[in-house]
Parts: sequence; C-alpha cells; structure tokens
Amino acid sequence: MPLDCRPEELLIAAIARLLRGCRNIAVGVSSPIPGSAALLARAESETPLRVELLESLDGNSFTRGSVELFDRAAQGRIDAFFLGGGQIDGQANINLVGTGDYPRTAVRWPGSFGSAYLYFLVPRVILFREEHSRRVLVPKVDFVSAPGVSAPEVYRRGGPCALITGKALFRFDRDRRRFRLESLHPGHDLADVLETTGFDFDHDAAPAATAGPDAATLEMIRGPVAREIAKAYPKFAARVFPRA
Amino acid sequence: MTETCCFLSLDELAAQVPDGASLALPKDSAGAPMAAVRALVRRGAKDLHLINVPTSGLATDILIGAGAARLVETSGVSLGEFGGAPRFNAAVKAGAVTIRDATCPAIYAGLQAAEKGLPFMPLRGVIGSDVLAFRDDWKVIDNPFAEAAVDPLLLLPAIRPEVALFHARRADRLGNVWIGVQGELAIMAHAAERTLVTVEEVVEDDLMAREESAAGTLPAVYVSAVAEAPKGAWPLGFLDLYPADEAQLADYARLARSAEGFAAYLERGCAPAVGR
Repeated sequence: MPLDCRPEELLIAAIARLLRGCRNIAVGVSSPIPGSAALLARAESETPLRVELLESLDGNSFTRGSVELFDRAAQGRIDAFFLGGGQIDGQANINLVGTGDYPRTAVRWPGSFGSAYLYFLVPRVILFREEHSRRVLVPKVDFVSAPGVSAPEVYRRGGPCALITGKALFRFDRDRRRFRLESLHPGHDLADVLETTGFDFDHDAAPAATAGPDAATLEMIRGPVAREIAKAYPKFAARVFPRA
Repeated sequence: MTETCCFLSLDELAAQVPDGASLALPKDSAGAPMAAVRALVRRGAKDLHLINVPTSGLATDILIGAGAARLVETSGVSLGEFGGAPRFNAAVKAGAVTIRDATCPAIYAGLQAAEKGLPFMPLRGVIGSDVLAFRDDWKVIDNPFAEAAVDPLLLLPAIRPEVALFHARRADRLGNVWIGVQGELAIMAHAAERTLVTVEEVVEDDLMAREESAAGTLPAVYVSAVAEAPKGAWPLGFLDLYPADEAQLADYARLARSAEGFAAYLERGCAPAVGR
C-alpha cells in the first residue's frame, strides 16, 4: 500500500536514489527539492557524504566564495550537481537563456549560470524540472546554454545522467544520445507523458511506477531534512513541511 | 602603513563611478551595494558597462531600469525567489541594452587573468554551447601541452573592470575591508583598476594587526574609497546581519513589471532620505 505523500516528497525520495554512491554533492541556487534530496541522500548514506548548498550561508564549506565550486568540479571533487532549463531537448541540451532569436529573445530567462561548464565536469548531472510540458521538453532548444553531448575530442568527464519532472523519471544514454523513460510517477500514465513530451524517447510498453518514500524515509524527509533545508529555503519549507 | 584609502559619503562615492565606466558588481547574496546603486541612480549615472560577478539581481535590474547601463555582461540576472528580473528582461527584449551572456566560471577566469596581469585564462567546458557561439571575444585553441592528438581549450580574455563596487561588513580607519569567506570580492578588487566599498560599520581596530582578522581582510592597497552605509544591502539581506526585506522585494517584483511601475518605485525607493 503506497504511503500518502506529497508530490515534492516523492521527487525528493526519487532524486535521493539517483545520488546513491556519491561522496560530494553540490546544489546550486533556487533548488529546494534537489537540496532536500541531497540532504536525504546524506542522511541515508552508509559512507561519508558531503553536501554543499550554495544558497545557504552555513550550508557549504567554501572559504573563497563560489569560485571554489568551479575549481572543485574541475578537479573531480564534485560527483553530482543539478541543472534545470526553460527548455530541455531530447539530446539533453539545456536552455536557460530564452526563446526565439538570440539576443533579442521573445522570452528572456536569467542566463546560463555555471551550466556551460559544470555539465562537462560533474560526472552525474541530474536535470530537474517540475513542469512537464511540450513548452519545456522540446524537440530542439532555441539556445544551447550547455550541450548534452560533445564531440569525442572535447574534454568531458561529466554530463547528464537523468531527467526528472513532475510526471516521470528518464535516464539519459550518452552513447545513444537519447532519453529512456525509467518510471512514471504515481497518477501519471504513458499516454499523457507521450502527449506532453516534445521529443522522442525510448520506453517499455508498460513502464514501472516511480517508488515513493517508505515510512522511515518519509520520517527522515519530514524531520531532519525539512529542518535543515528550511535554513536555506524557509518559504519552501513552510509550504511543503508545515509541521516540521 | 601608507594611507591609500579615503572615506566618502555615499553620494561622493557614487560620483567616483564615471559615466561609461565598466563596473563590476557581486551577486545579490554576496555584497550587492544597494545603497550605492541608489546613489548612482540619484546622480543619473549612464552608459555603464555592468560586469556581474558572476550573476546579479536587484542591483543590475535597478541600474538597467533607470537607464544607467548600456551593456551587461552576466551569467544570470534574476530576483531569485521573487522571479525573473523584469527591467533586465524587458531591456534585453527591446534591445535597450547589449547583452553579453557568459557562464559563471568564465567571468571568474577573466578576472583571475587580470589579477595575474595575464592577457587570458584557459577554462574547461563551454565548447559546443551557444554561449561560446555568440562570444566573438572568446577563442578556442588546441592545448599545446595535450597528450591527446587534439584537445580544444577555451581561452577567455582578461576582464579588467574600471571600477569594482561592493558592500562589506566592516572597514577599519586605514581602509582595510573585512570580506570573510566572500573570496570573489577579493578577485574583483584585485582585477579592477579601482575598488569602491560600502560598509556596515567602520571599526577602530586595525584589521591587519592580527592573523585571525587579516586572513579575511582585503588590504587597503586594493581599496580606493570607503563609504559607511549601515543596512547598505537593503532591501536585500546581508550575511547573518539582517534578512531580506521580503515585502519590499515582492513590491519591487510587482511594480517593476512595467516601466511606469518601476518609475513609481524609484520615486519612493531612491528618494534622498532612503538608504543613506
């Protein structure tokens, strides 16, 4: 019998599973759900796991400012990071800049941040975007903030490993340059995901369901994880964990 | 120690930023000099070339909205939890400012080249992105030390801002500035021709006198002028000293959606009595 949990809690549990085996996870700004997942992965890890929350004053160990994140990534000291995108396409290219013709884009988003660099250097990049629609998941992005794959001569030790949305979890196959649907979140079906995804992807005829948190994990999320993430994201915590 | 620094009022400090200057600003969470930004708007600064180190938010949005900037070099401009940066977005769409999109470590690398007196700095990644495709000033070379047959490598020209401007916790009477763990402020100051700093407080102790405080201090040799500006990051929060003024930021995000609303905000928010 599946536990009654919020959609955010399902995402946190699912992302935390993708982080298993990591030793160092960094979480960028405006990322409360990935941040919570990283804290959950740390709480459940049997080996030491370090989490650097960029948004939080005392949640990271950088003593030279955020420049240190990029240096650590280049040295192989960061195992996992999260990126999003206003648009994401089937080759895992991401667009954080805008839609339409650059530079006078019809819609302008903030900008590429560290994506054009971290996507190449962090082994396990998880793409996270709650909105699952043809507006976001497009056949081809209008602007490549960071490419999903590179030519063989380009130095690249990292890249996309998964895409998780409000409806489904995909794995990215770097050799085939395609996403494969791994599981559907409870309450969503394949027909709907096919209808709302703008790019082609591989899938089973009857995809698995994304597993929710078990009772112990849910208790962990609503307890220590909720209290810790509230320091960096008080508004998020108040909304999602009202009783924490 | 030779006194290289001078103490100014906020408006005198803003007058030290010439029209047309390249101006480096830190991200909103690490010392955005909001009181000085208001002083720049009051003095009618114009044609600034803004360099966000490496991102920005309210500071850049207000300067663009007030018509003070002609160009913005950035890795991202956003109001964070309060949404997109409305005046930045509108100005880019209208072509009212030239946008030079970058990626965070590329801006740091350009400043680090300037710190070292070098013409450029190499950086991994970025190849194959449209960020690179639209930057005529960035180059890709073949790594001359490569073990592989070919190893394309990005080179970024040095970024030497005419002025760096930021807000910090404290300065001493000699102009040494405590920046703590905000190391990018040191990179900015080392790279810039001149550095202007607003501080929460001016203290009597010499920050360089003891190793514990000297380790987190930007020495006065890099600092051209200091202005005391208590709550100088308002309405943003500042370190553990004060939280963001959420009502004010929500108000800004709502009003600045239109040029008229932004003008109304300026009338109130940049009035001489506020933030001095």
